[in-house]
Amino acid sequence: MPEILASVLDGLLIGLVYGLAAIGLTLIFGVMDVVNLAHGAVIALGMFAVYFLFESGIHPYLGLVIVAAIGLAFGVFVYLIAVRPIIDGPPLMTLLATFSVSMVIIGVGTALWSTSPYNVDFPVKTLNLFGYTVTSARLVAALAAVLVTAFLYTFLYRTTLGKAVRAVANNREAAELMGIPSQQILALAFGIGTALAMLSGALIATLFPFTILSGGIYELKSFVASVLGGLGNPTGALFGGVILGLIEGAVAPFIKVSWTNVIEFVIFVLILLFFPTGLFGGRR
Amino acid sequence: MKLLSRPFFWLIVAVTLLYALLPYLGGNITLRETLVLSAIYIILAANLNLMIGYTGYVNFGSIVFFGLGGYLTLWLIASHHWGLYPAVLFAGLVTSLLAFLLGFGVLRLRGAYFALATIGINEAVKDFVANFEPWGGAEGIFLPFTAFKAMGGPAKALWTVYLLIVLVMGLSLLLTYLVKRSKFGLGLFAIREDEDAAMVLGVKTPLYKTLAYSLSAFLPAVAGGLYFFKNGSVIPDEAFNLHLSIEAIVMVMLGGQGTVTGSAVGAFLYERLRGLLLTLPGLSNFHLVIAGALLLLIILFAPGGLMGWLYRVWPRLRRVLE
Amino acid sequence: MKKLWVLPVLLGALAFAQGNTITIGFTVSQTGKYNVESVNQLRGLKLWQKWVNDQGGIPIGGKRYKVALKYYDDESKAERVQQLYSRLISQDKVDFLISPYSSGLTAKAAIISEQYGKIMIATGAASDSIFKLGYENVYQIYTPASRYLTGTLDMLRAADANLKKIAIVYEDSKFAKAVATAAKSYAAKKGFEVVLFEGYPKNTTDFGPIIKKIKAAGAEALVGGGHYADGATFARQLYEQQVPLKLIALLVAPASDEFAQLGDAALGVVAPSQWEPLVKYRQTCGPSPAQFTQMYQEAYGKLPAYRAAGGFAAGLVLQRALMDAGTTDPAKVRAALDAMDVTIFFGRIKFSTDPASHGLQLGHEMVQIQWQKKDGKLAKQIVWPLDAKTADLVYPIR
Repeated sequence: MPEILASVLDGLLIGLVYGLAAIGLTLIFGVMDVVNLAHGAVIALGMFAVYFLFESGIHPYLGLVIVAAIGLAFGVFVYLIAVRPIIDGPPLMTLLATFSVSMVIIGVGTALWSTSPYNVDFPVKTLNLFGYTVTSARLVAALAAVLVTAFLYTFLYRTTLGKAVRAVANNREAAELMGIPSQQILALAFGIGTALAMLSGALIATLFPFTILSGGIYELKSFVASVLGGLGNPTGALFGGVILGLIEGAVAPFIKVSWTNVIEFVIFVLILLFFPTGLFGGRR
Repeated sequence: MKLLSRPFFWLIVAVTLLYALLPYLGGNITLRETLVLSAIYIILAANLNLMIGYTGYVNFGSIVFFGLGGYLTLWLIASHHWGLYPAVLFAGLVTSLLAFLLGFGVLRLRGAYFALATIGINEAVKDFVANFEPWGGAEGIFLPFTAFKAMGGPAKALWTVYLLIVLVMGLSLLLTYLVKRSKFGLGLFAIREDEDAAMVLGVKTPLYKTLAYSLSAFLPAVAGGLYFFKNGSVIPDEAFNLHLSIEAIVMVMLGGQGTVTGSAVGAFLYERLRGLLLTLPGLSNFHLVIAGALLLLIILFAPGGLMGWLYRVWPRLRRVLE
Repeated sequence: MKKLWVLPVLLGALAFAQGNTITIGFTVSQTGKYNVESVNQLRGLKLWQKWVNDQGGIPIGGKRYKVALKYYDDESKAERVQQLYSRLISQDKVDFLISPYSSGLTAKAAIISEQYGKIMIATGAASDSIFKLGYENVYQIYTPASRYLTGTLDMLRAADANLKKIAIVYEDSKFAKAVATAAKSYAAKKGFEVVLFEGYPKNTTDFGPIIKKIKAAGAEALVGGGHYADGATFARQLYEQQVPLKLIALLVAPASDEFAQLGDAALGVVAPSQWEPLVKYRQTCGPSPAQFTQMYQEAYGKLPAYRAAGGFAAGLVLQRALMDAGTTDPAKVRAALDAMDVTIFFGRIKFSTDPASHGLQLGHEMVQIQWQKKDGKLAKQIVWPLDAKTADLVYPIR
C-alpha cells in the first residue's frame, strides 16, 4: 500500500478523535456563547482519569463510561462556580473565567503529578491490514469517537431533554417562555461539553503518553476543527476534526513534520478571516 | 492639554526615575534583575490596556509583538551587525507596521472570534519561526559576545539596557495617558461602549481600531528587543509564550482595565505576588492555582479591578489617578 | 539524606572562620523541567566537596583551602539564572562559578560571569555553539554535541561494512539539532547515505508520520532522538510499528535507567553516554571510576548517573587547575585551565584555546551503551569503544 494512503488513513482515525473534542467545545459555544478556555485542561483531566482508573485495575475502555460520568458532574460544577454568575456579561468575562479555571486545574495537576509524562500501559495489538500497519488502540479510539457522537445525536434529536438543549441554543428567551428551565439546561450543556472533552482526552491517553500540559495542543486543534466546521455547529465540528486529521495525514509525507502546525494555524486564521461561520455554516 | 501642569504626568516621571535610580545609584544588580521583570510586565500590561481597556478588544496573543521585536532585533545585530539602537527602533517600526496591516483583517472580527484569531496568530508565528532557518529555527538566535563589547563590555551594556527598558516603561505609561486624554482616545472609548453607534456618530472605527492595535505593538516590540538582547538569546518558546500573554490580561484586570494607574499597579502587584509564591516554601507548586483563583475572584466580585474598587470607595481619586 | 551533609557544611563554616576557604557558587534547578538532571549534578558536586574537605582541603601554594558551596534554586528558568548569578558574584562574593544545568541556562549565566571575568566550569552543557560566542572564562566538561554521535557511527560502520542507508531524525531543540547536523556530515565521511534528515517538534507524542517516512525511505539504521520523554515514546512506537531497523541509536533516553520500563521495545536500543559507572579510564589524578562509584553509592545508596559524575568532575577540574596554578589569582588559574590535559575518572579533559572556540571541550569522548538481555533481565552494557566494552554489540537488533 502506498505510504500516502496509509498516512491519510491514520489521519482519518485520529481526526475522528479531534472531532469528538471539538464537539465538546462547539456545543458549549453554540448553547451559551462561551468559548471554554478550560477545554484543554479538561482534556488533560480526562487523560489522568483514565490513567488512574487503569492503575486501579479497570480496563481503559470500560473506564470511558466512568470518565464520562465524572466529566458531566465536573462540568456542571464548573458551570455553577465560574460561568453562571457572569453568563450575561461581556465575552471577555467568560473567556477569563474559564481561563482561570484552566489555571487552577493545571496548577493542581502540576503540583500533584508534576509535568513528567504518563503512559496508559495496556497491551496493544499491532494489526497488519493489506500492508497498512495500525495499532488496535487507534482503531478502537476512532470507533469510540463515532459511537459517542452517534449517542449524542440520539440524545439531542430523539429525547425531550435533548430537544430542550437545542431550543435553548436557538433562542434562550423563547425557550424560557415555553417553560424550559434554561439555567438547568445551560448547566447540563456545559456538563456534556466537558464530558466530551474528558472522553476525547481519555481516548488520546490510550494512544500517546501525556502530561498535565498535553491538553493545550488538543485545545488548539479543537479550536481549529470547530472554526472549520463553524463555531456552534456540532456536525461541522466532527467534520472539521476529520478534515484536520486528513490534512495532517495528506501533507505529512511531503513536508517536514514540524511544518504541519504552521499550516494548521494559518488555515485557522484564514478561515476566521474569510469564512467566519466556517465551511458548513455556524451559529452566530 | 498642558502636560507639564498635570500632576499625573509628574507621577509617571517620578515612578520612572525611581525605577532607574534605585538600583543604579547603589549599583545593586540583584535589585535591578528583580525590577527589570516588573518593568517588562508594566510595558506589556500598559500597551495591552490600549486594546482591552480602551477599545474593548481582547487581544489574547499580544505577546507576538514582544517576541517579534526580540527576534528582529537579535537577527539584525547577530546577522547584519547593526547597533542596538537602530535595531530596536527598526524592530519596533516593522512590528507596528505588520500589526497595522494585520489589523485591517482581524479587527473585522468581534468578541470571541477576535480573541481566537489572536491566539491563532501567535501560535502560527511561533511555529513558523521555529521552522524558519534564517532565524535559527527551533535553536533560536544567540548573540556573539562582541555585541556587548561594542557597548563597553557586558557589565556596562546590561546597565544601559536596563535603563532603556525603564525608559520604555515610562513611555508606555505616558503613551497610554496621552491617548486617554486625546480625541483619538475618546473615539476608542466610544468603540468600546458601542461600536455600531460610534460608527453612526462618525468615528472612523476600522481606522481607529487598527491604529490602536498598531500603536499597542510598537513599545512591546522595542521592549522585546531590549529584553532578549539582555538575555543574549531568543528562542521561539520564550519569545511567543502564550501564557505570558494571558498573564498580561490578568495584570490589566487586576489593576483595573481602562486606567493607566491600574495597568501599572496590576503588573507590579502580579510580579510581586508571583515572585512571592514562587519563593515561599510549600507554595511554589501552587502559584498557578492561587493566581487562577485570584483572577476568578476578581471577575466574579470586582470586575473593575483594584482601581474600580478604589474609585467606588473614594470617588475623588478618579480625578487624580488616571 | 540531607543530614549527611551537616558535618561537611559545619567544617566548611569552621574553615571559613580561619579565612582559608574557596567559595564556589552556582544555581541548581531544584524545581522545574531540569529538576532530575540538575539535582544529580548537585549530588556529584557535594560528594566532591566532601571528598576534598576530608583530605583537609585543596593544597594551593603551600596552604590548604577548604571548599564551601553556595547555591540557589533557579527553577529551570532563564530570568532567575541571571538574577541569581549576579547575586552570587556581587553579594555573596564567590571565588569561582559552576554553570547551571543545560546549555540554554549556561549561556545566560555566562553573560553575567563574563562581565565580571569570573571563571565558570560548565557541566551539563553540551552545546558547541555557545562556546563560539567569544567566552574567555567558561570551560566545558562534557563532550560537545558535534561529537555525540560520531562514536555511534564508527561503531555501526565497524559492525556492518555494507550498510548504506541511515535515517537521522531529531527533536527540534538546540542540543539535538546540533548533534544531528554534525552527525549528518560525519555520516557522509563514513560512507553512509542519509536517506532521511528531519526534525520533529518538541513534545511530539505521535511519531506515526515520521515512522512512515523512515519506512518509505528504506532506512536500515536510525540515529537521532532528543530528550527523555520523546525518545522513550519514539522507541516504543518504532517497536509497535514493527520497523525493520538493524540498529536504533537515540540520544539521552536510553541512557536513563527508566528506559527499562519499555520492556521489549528497549531491547537493542543504543545510546551515547557521557559516562557510565563501568568505564575503565586510567586516571592520572583524583579517584578511579570504581572508587568514585563506590563513594557515590555509600553516600546516596544508588549508582551515579552521568550528570552526577559530571558534577564531581567539574569540581575536580577546578581543583586541579588551582593546584597547578599554585594561587587563586584568576589570571593564573585561567592559564592553568588553558594548559590542562589530564585524564580523570570521567575521561580525558582538554580545552580549546583557540579564541574562536575558547573553553570548548576537546579531549573527552562518549561511550556507547546498548540495552541487552542479561539473565532474562534488561541491562545496560557498554559496547563501544572496544577497550572499554563490557559486552559485544548485538547486531542486527531486529
